[in-house]
Amino acid sequence: MSTRQIRLTGAGGQGLVLAGIILAEAAMREGYNVAVAQSYGPEARLGASRAEVIISTEKIAYPQVDRPDLLLCLTQEAYDKYISNVGERALVLVDSGQVLVPNSNHLKPKVIALPLQRAAMEQIGSKLVTNVVALGALNALAGIVSWEHLAAAVAERTPQKYRAQNLKALDVGRALTGTASPA
Amino acid sequence: MTRDYRQYLRVEKLPHVWCPGCGHGIITHAIASAMADLQLDPDQIAVLGGIGCSGRASFLFQTDAMHTTHGRAVAFATGLKLARPDLHVLLVMGDGDALGIGGNHFIHACRRNIDLTAVIYNNAIYGQTGGQLAPTTPTEKRSTTSPYGNVEHPFDIARLAMAAGATYVARTTSFDFPEIVRFVRRGMAHKGFSVIEVLTQCPTYYGRLNDLRDPSQMLYEFKSHTVSLEEYHQMSPEEQAGKIPIGEFLCEERAEFIESYYGLCQLGRSA
Amino acid sequence: MNKQEFVQGNEACARGALYAGCRFFAGYPITPSSEIMEYLAREMPKVGGVCVQLEDEIASISAVIGASWGGVKAMTATSGPGFSLMQENIGYAAITETPCVIVDCQRWGPSTGQPTKAAQGDVMQARWGTHGDHPVIVLTASWVREVFEMTVLAFNLAEIYRVPVILLLDEVLAHLRENVTLPVAGELEVVERLEKTNGRMLNFGAGAHLMITGMAHDETGFPVQGEKAAQHLKRIVGKIEEHKERLMRYQGFYLDDADFLVVSYGITSRAVEAAVERLRAGGVPIGWLDLKILWPFPDKLIREIASHVKYILVPELNLGQLVREIERAAAGQAPVAHLGRVDGSLITPEEICKYVQDEVARVQRVCL
Repeated sequence: MSTRQIRLTGAGGQGLVLAGIILAEAAMREGYNVAVAQSYGPEARLGASRAEVIISTEKIAYPQVDRPDLLLCLTQEAYDKYISNVGERALVLVDSGQVLVPNSNHLKPKVIALPLQRAAMEQIGSKLVTNVVALGALNALAGIVSWEHLAAAVAERTPQKYRAQNLKALDVGRALTGTASPA
Repeated sequence: MTRDYRQYLRVEKLPHVWCPGCGHGIITHAIASAMADLQLDPDQIAVLGGIGCSGRASFLFQTDAMHTTHGRAVAFATGLKLARPDLHVLLVMGDGDALGIGGNHFIHACRRNIDLTAVIYNNAIYGQTGGQLAPTTPTEKRSTTSPYGNVEHPFDIARLAMAAGATYVARTTSFDFPEIVRFVRRGMAHKGFSVIEVLTQCPTYYGRLNDLRDPSQMLYEFKSHTVSLEEYHQMSPEEQAGKIPIGEFLCEERAEFIESYYGLCQLGRSA
Repeated sequence: MNKQEFVQGNEACARGALYAGCRFFAGYPITPSSEIMEYLAREMPKVGGVCVQLEDEIASISAVIGASWGGVKAMTATSGPGFSLMQENIGYAAITETPCVIVDCQRWGPSTGQPTKAAQGDVMQARWGTHGDHPVIVLTASWVREVFEMTVLAFNLAEIYRVPVILLLDEVLAHLRENVTLPVAGELEVVERLEKTNGRMLNFGAGAHLMITGMAHDETGFPVQGEKAAQHLKRIVGKIEEHKERLMRYQGFYLDDADFLVVSYGITSRAVEAAVERLRAGGVPIGWLDLKILWPFPDKLIREIASHVKYILVPELNLGQLVREIERAAAGQAPVAHLGRVDGSLITPEEICKYVQDEVARVQRVCL
């Protein structure tokens, strides 16, 4: 049996629920069972937001992430809130421009900091695609789904006008991990 | 075959339940007469009422009829009319029913300009529950819950309906039977939300509590306190004081809700 | 052919409604139910139906009842605060025998509560929310596909029994997206509206000159009092109570050799499913009753099962609602415990496992 619990966190408006949906759809294309639960604060924008994705070869009974194997944090607030609740072998990806990871955190879990939002702005020209950049980086680091299925899911969930931009964002995220080093 | 007003009433249910001297029977008779004037098919009419003395009128029409909950007749009618745009849907509502507990539904029906005809039996008091204060009770008038006189300002139903967006608005009184018939007829023929406010006497409570015990005296008060809109506009503010303007306040064409909705749906389908 | 789709609970509800032939929706925005209205606002016009947003939830349920008498299958969807506002007219639908469906995506309450966290706190309100004795059917669901199926069932039961049918969902299920294969046309039974019964037309505009009232009434629709009113009430309540057995919907697991029984419903059943598998694997003689219909309450079923188990646990996202019914039905044959959670999070499989294991250990100590 293989199950992965993924938690994507940040602020409302950062497209985390959409990122979770894209990831789940890619996994579904690959034949996995998937479940995406969502949670957000009362604010439509900027409130704490998270999406939870479970990907499994088995039937997913309990639909919420308990202790994630993968955690993405796009804001400091999200990092502070969720870092304590991950497994020891978890992989944590944070946006280095947004999240300050204390130096004492040199052991476990493994935290990788990448300039996700900066890359989105500098290489794509829009911070709106930070979520897809993050997906690219996460998939490169954790090997969740095939690139073919992930790209297909990104293409299906983005409007024609922004499709090329989002597919490029996926590559940008993937490329970022080439220079990845522990925070 | 010409239809008689009696064909629109469940005559076997008469006499009605209203008190002797009440004006509600006059209005109900007038509505049936308007239906007869228009020669409407009774099978194609639905009459909806709320709770209160006025709501009892819904039991008297030889049509499909629904006696709904307090204040909600407009909302029930909105659903029925959307489901069956071919039906003539007429509302019999009281002043407390339409403007108190149902005020929100009423103004939104006006705003949408949905093709319904609302006849408001305005007796300025809650009759069925025993003469309590209504949102239409005139200032200083007494009710069982304003024993020292009403300190509030009443709604002017016709002006409220106009401000909220109704496209046919008229007001008359139970003194003028032919005018009720004419306004209801015009309202039912009008495409859009039609409001016909009819001032009517409640001798049992409003009259008794306000030294107007005799129903005929109340009817004469309606005559002496009302002036036509045309006259009213010619009068000075001093002369207008204490006078109630009656007549057709508004009759205008504006996009009707259900037509607009189904039009939009066609757009949606072809998109 | 069925195809795998990635669907949200609320979308499954909306699609189930369309599948069941719902052609009228009126609602008022409220989290976590709004996606149902948003989906139907897009899709209803394409099938010639109506989806309107009205001024409040009172107007919404009123319009649903009005549309239903227009001969159209009708539904509204809301959450706790809106469900509270609808109660008076749910009673109207019950006494006038108006088929209609009300979806309540439960959220933490009372009042505004925790916007917007899951809860199962409307179980009793769904049964007893409107004043007076009245008939009502309350269904629930745990899976996205089940939301679709139960929505279709809700419409079918509304038509068969001519009652308001309430579908109790919750925030997590409403927003949960899963891979599902939804039923294709013809796969599920759809009960159509009867046009007439005993020779009488049942819809407006058919020349029957129906009289519909929320007052106690006889078969002509006109008000009655006293003994006739009593007969009216007993008949409308009886039509559900007398068909209790036929209405039962549940799934039982390991009931034959269970010493410990968990009874659950809705989203909580998903944690129970995970827990039961683990406990069974660990050798705990646990059984599970997963209820799909809450009202009418399956007394007989609970009574029978309670006669051969040693212990019953009822996990719910509230401080104790359905547990009261289970306790009543068990009638002292087995102790009934409640595992409640009201912080807005779901009860986890670990909580259930721990609770059961502690109980097993305690019972074993007592036996030794």
